[in-house]
Amino acid sequence: MQTSEERLRGLLLRGLAGDAAAYHAFLVDLAGHLRAFLRKRLASLPDEVEDLVQESLIAVHNQRHTYDPAQPLTAWVVALARYKLIDLLRRRSRQDLLHDPLDEDSEQLLAVDGEAAEARRDLAKLLDTLPQRQRMPIVCVKLEGLSVAETAIRTGMSESAVKVGIHRGLKALAARIRSGT
Amino acid sequence: MKTDELIAMLATGAEAVDAPARNRGVAAALAAGLGAAVLLMAGLLGLQPELAREVHLPQFWLRELFCAALGLIALVGVRRLAHPGTRLGFVPLALAAPLLLMWSAAAYVLLDAAPDYRMDLVMGHTARVCSALIALVSAPVFVAVIWAMRRHAPTRLALSGGAAGLASGAVGALVYTLHCPELAPPFLAVWYVLGMLIPAGCGALLGPRLLRW
Repeated sequence: MQTSEERLRGLLLRGLAGDAAAYHAFLVDLAGHLRAFLRKRLASLPDEVEDLVQESLIAVHNQRHTYDPAQPLTAWVVALARYKLIDLLRRRSRQDLLHDPLDEDSEQLLAVDGEAAEARRDLAKLLDTLPQRQRMPIVCVKLEGLSVAETAIRTGMSESAVKVGIHRGLKALAARIRSGT
Repeated sequence: MKTDELIAMLATGAEAVDAPARNRGVAAALAAGLGAAVLLMAGLLGLQPELAREVHLPQFWLRELFCAALGLIALVGVRRLAHPGTRLGFVPLALAAPLLLMWSAAAYVLLDAAPDYRMDLVMGHTARVCSALIALVSAPVFVAVIWAMRRHAPTRLALSGGAAGLASGAVGALVYTLHCPELAPPFLAVWYVLGMLIPAGCGALLGPRLLRW
């Protein structure tokens, strides 16, 4: 269990320093842990698991600057995932699902579940609803893999506007997930 | 979109997180909030004319220390609450310490005073406006602290809002001391604390709405 925490933490720290490959490996690894964590706690809502895995991954990405390297990675991830889980349950106002206590201190992201179910919510469609100046940078940089500079040339936006667009777009995506579905 | 595709999307072009720049942003916001509070106090209320004389009194420094300690400890709590999975640790106990000290000092002064004079010690000359003015002066600080928290990821929203309110209330009280003529611990123990609790209560009520992400 130490190794899992340390491996994930090492990957994230490299990712935070700008190593996109390590960051990708971190998210892949983390998705398996999140899936197991959430599936256990959403036993009565199995269809929601993959949507919440995706939502938690977006949350981890959008909030990655709030990870303090001095703290255990597990505690940070569990706090984010639990917040999104409670948010979902509140959204569905199905408080009766809270049988499984959510505040166990000992909770660890130990298990891995690599079997991704189909997400019900299509993030690609949600992405289409974003305003142009957020959608275009995301499509160019995040989906087509262009650099920020290339995207700036193609869209006629400034480089900082591209960066801001990506950042705000991903936040807006999280907000749409929250208010929609 | 499949989860693998989402992950690829998130990881593609993910740049290094510039932590120092973010910290500078938060520091600048807090400084701006503090500056606006000072301007608000100086412009609306004016500096205390006796200030130059009062700085030689130990009660003056007791009051400054009281507000500053509460503000700093509450800001530590705000910082922890803004980072998911971080424990509050010593913060609640540490907050209690200056309060207990002030209340003890107030009790000592009251017991020591002549019975007829006790009510005057509690009410001072400005009891009617003190708490409301502290809340008013703390408003810009409140905006700054909430703004800073929104750039992070608080997961306990009411508590986080309350902590943000308490921190801004204490900082607002510290600024307000530059105008306030009251130095008696019984007065501070009641009206200053109440003045800090107003923004704290507002923060706790508004937190779930303001801080949601």
